[in-house]
Amino acid sequence: MTSNTHYDVIIIGAGSVGTPTALYLARAGYQVLVLDFGASVGQGSNKKAIGGIRATHSDPAKVRLCQRSIEIFSTWKETYGDDIEWYQGGYCFVAYRDREEKILKDLCEKQRKDYHLNINWYDSLDLLKMIPDLNPNGLIGGTFSPEDGSISPLLAVHSFYTNAHQAGAKFQFHEPVKSLIIENGKVIGVTTPQGTYYADIIINAGGPWSREVGAMGGVNIEVHPDSHEAAITEGVAHFLDPMIVDIRPAEGSSNFYFYQHLTGQIIFCITPNPPAWGMDQRETSNFLPMVTRRMLEVMPKLKNIRVRRTWRGLYPMTPDGFPIIGWAREVDNFLQVTGMCGQGLMLGPGTAELVVRIVQGNTTPEDEEILSITSPYRDFGGQEMLK
Amino acid sequence: MTDFRIRKHPILPIPQRKSITFYWQGTALEAQEGETISAALFANGIRTFGHHPHDGAPQGIFCANGQCAQCMVIADGRPVKSCMELVKPDMQVMPLNGLPVLPDVNEPIEMKPIPQLDVPVLIIGGGPAGLSAAIELGKLGIHAVLLDDKHRLGGKLVLQTHRFFGSTNAVFAGTRGIDIATRLEKEVRKYPSIDVWTQSTALAVFSDQRVGVLKNGEDYILVKPQTLLVACGAREKFLTFKGNTLPGVYGAGAFQTLVNRDLVRPAEKLFIVGGGNVGLIAAYHALQAGIGVVGLVEALPECGGYKVHKDKIVRMGVPIYTSHTVLSANGTDRVESVTIAKVDSNFKPIPGTERSFECDSLLIAVGLDPVNEFYLKAKEFGMTALVAGDAEEIAEASAAIFSGKIKGLETARSLGYEIGEIPASWYRTGEILKSKPGKVTSEQLPEVRTGVVPVIHCVQEIPCDPCSALCPHGLIDINNRDIRSIPQFIGNSYCCEVCERCVAGCPGLAITLVDYRSNPEKPLVSIPYEFTRETIKATDVVTVLDTEGEPLGDLEVYSIHSIPSSDRTLVVQVEAPIDIANRIAGIRIQETTITQPMDEYVDHVTDDVIVCRCERVTAGQIRSLIRQGYRDINEIKTVTRAGMGACGGKTCTSIIHRLFREEGIPVDEIVESTKRPIFVEVPLSAFAGEDRKES
Repeated sequence: MTSNTHYDVIIIGAGSVGTPTALYLARAGYQVLVLDFGASVGQGSNKKAIGGIRATHSDPAKVRLCQRSIEIFSTWKETYGDDIEWYQGGYCFVAYRDREEKILKDLCEKQRKDYHLNINWYDSLDLLKMIPDLNPNGLIGGTFSPEDGSISPLLAVHSFYTNAHQAGAKFQFHEPVKSLIIENGKVIGVTTPQGTYYADIIINAGGPWSREVGAMGGVNIEVHPDSHEAAITEGVAHFLDPMIVDIRPAEGSSNFYFYQHLTGQIIFCITPNPPAWGMDQRETSNFLPMVTRRMLEVMPKLKNIRVRRTWRGLYPMTPDGFPIIGWAREVDNFLQVTGMCGQGLMLGPGTAELVVRIVQGNTTPEDEEILSITSPYRDFGGQEMLK
Repeated sequence: MTDFRIRKHPILPIPQRKSITFYWQGTALEAQEGETISAALFANGIRTFGHHPHDGAPQGIFCANGQCAQCMVIADGRPVKSCMELVKPDMQVMPLNGLPVLPDVNEPIEMKPIPQLDVPVLIIGGGPAGLSAAIELGKLGIHAVLLDDKHRLGGKLVLQTHRFFGSTNAVFAGTRGIDIATRLEKEVRKYPSIDVWTQSTALAVFSDQRVGVLKNGEDYILVKPQTLLVACGAREKFLTFKGNTLPGVYGAGAFQTLVNRDLVRPAEKLFIVGGGNVGLIAAYHALQAGIGVVGLVEALPECGGYKVHKDKIVRMGVPIYTSHTVLSANGTDRVESVTIAKVDSNFKPIPGTERSFECDSLLIAVGLDPVNEFYLKAKEFGMTALVAGDAEEIAEASAAIFSGKIKGLETARSLGYEIGEIPASWYRTGEILKSKPGKVTSEQLPEVRTGVVPVIHCVQEIPCDPCSALCPHGLIDINNRDIRSIPQFIGNSYCCEVCERCVAGCPGLAITLVDYRSNPEKPLVSIPYEFTRETIKATDVVTVLDTEGEPLGDLEVYSIHSIPSSDRTLVVQVEAPIDIANRIAGIRIQETTITQPMDEYVDHVTDDVIVCRCERVTAGQIRSLIRQGYRDINEIKTVTRAGMGACGGKTCTSIIHRLFREEGIPVDEIVESTKRPIFVEVPLSAFAGEDRKES
């Protein structure tokens, strides 16, 4: 079946980025089609996310995009009526050694000075007043940023989806994009096993799969997925406000983090070291012993909570840890919005609004600063202070 | 206060255990050492253990199998599953209302590395299939680890007080399930190459081909087998109706666990949904435990279980309502009544046919699904894996025993052992044992009225042959090429010496003897009886019934006796008028008063048809999504949380599929939800390798 339907924008990927982008484009009056190989919204990497939302990054692009995301998430229920389980519990990066103390203090100072972020360093006694269940032995202190929080990735992407749908965006699932149609140096459409669709603009929001999508247009997208495992526990009465992040490297991992979701469940994740490059999403036996050991060192109280489920998902990593947002140069009308490095959920709505301004051609000077950092054609030589 | 313990049982021994004291909400109660918290609570008549955090719905026992989290309580400050945790002296048990409060931990935690073990064979499940496979491997001296999550091996066999059907030669037919469990366990333990790990639960099969196991209920260990044999049995399907999660609504397995393992009476008056073998046998177990069975509904026009099972319980006085369904379980904090209705040919309830019955428990026995997730994962991850018993295909335990035997040998072969050909006849026997009940012929009563005449009230082709081995003169014949054929008495009326072994030994209680010798006008009829001796005595007047439960008259009991081979089945003799003697098949056990409907039916107005028990998701919510076009069960899960709870979709998945079917959605449009480890919830400390030596 061939469809000659013409859209203003086709978005490839109905995930943490593509879905809010569809919402804001549709609300801005664009005819939008979203294509995804999954059976429903967010079935790629969104549903693997653990739900942490923070603006306390170390570069202006992610800081601004996430600050806007927090504004959107924290007012979502009032605006759209859907509960996405937003909880403003903050983030706490803990330091048990001098090395981490120095990194965190330096970063905190930069975040306060350069970006006016609400984050402070607390010595151990003050930190324990806020988070009494931290292991006090050896605790030097930590940063705490009260405006950060968490949401349910599943509910959030679903709410983006239903609202986008209401705003007129069309979603077609079970439809992997197989090729791009290029004419006179312009991308003008896409083909799927089910049909051919035309649009003025094609957006690559394919996350871990975006490298393949880029290649269809002859564009080299520096996205190299790796995988992380995560798990969730039973729900228990609320006792923990912030996301706890421990950046101490240990054998097999470079950091780990956990928080108590609004449902009372503890959700946790670890960053493997060396990274597990590739698309393998099958659970391994290493993860639970490695991460739970580290968690109990930081919070012994967790020993009696029961682990419910575990899974593994993909991070669309870029070499420097920054997203890729910008037009392709090889072909026209092909916008890349990908490479969120595991932060697609928190970057999603802020990025989506930016995409609308890009499509409308009315980006601000601030946007241009962000886009210089996220250019698909940057040299990727830099490194984020804290990924 | 009423005593809810089973103090006498016709089949099960009642162990003498030490009495201890524990506290429920601060009140001192008596428990027995070595029983679970849930058993101790039930023994004290407590059946509501807490209230759900989402909507305050009362919670109690549902699976009694450690799979769900409905029976959670707070024991000495810790949230625990009361069906798995043993009660301890002076334990303070509190209901779990809402989310549990995590106890403080002030001391540092010692942690040791997670041990890893390489073994030739790992068998998950120590039920009939797993044990039989282990025996074959043991005979060959092959090293295998056999896991079972319970304290005792045998799986569901340990809950079966009835004699088994099946083939005497192949699978111990004629022996009671509990005794088969003991025999299989004894044999397995003879073989030094088989390591038995009880109270050990498989949690996950990982992509690195390791199986995560919680050993002895607390130590996490990773096992890497060359061949994995999955023999985890089955899980029960559940049903949607109003009030379907009230405490008092159980799966049949839970009920059998409470009654036959924990020896408590979870009910006084039980109603059963489902006329398959599981439901029919549960009715029988209830009666043996002194629990009244108010009735049994079956949606189909005929019960799906063996006719002999059905006939047996009808004769005992349990009404069976075919072409009926349950509309609601009624009550506030527990089941107080059930409402049923007749259904039309599309299984839709017919208005005006509603009836309610007083009962305090409702048992759901509407079929089983294989527990095959470990097998599927193992295959996905490229492991050498086999599957046996119900985990492969739902059938009787006899079939599982035989399937395990075959799969045991196939496991050996997978390791490169020369085992020769597995005889083709084994596979054929396996198929016969798995076969569904076959055709029913009309009952042919013997016309002879002299001498002694055995009457076989067994008219359905089922895989069962113990009677043919019981007659010392070989006068009961079953076609030895196919044990599904109907038994025939091939002697004349002067051959039988009234040893009564057939009477006491038929698993269906379907053989009687009519002895015309002393008084041809008032012959003596020998009838099997599997209740305690205290329930009947000579000169009692009993109602005798024909095969299908039609009352034939009230007769005086002439004698009660056991025979040397009878193994706890009694034989009751009555003197019967000649015109009914050969029609008598059984004695009514239960008074008819308990089975009477209430004057008016109870109209259950609250819409509380629950699909996902863990997250309290209703059928209405799911139906509405299906009607909006939702086809991906993952998306339904996102929106409703159905399947996100403690049990991981074990209960709701099949119901969601049924709702799709009822809404007319073709199967190929439905996208299955992703199944993820771990199998049951486990404390985080186990994965961290907490060293509990000091504590």
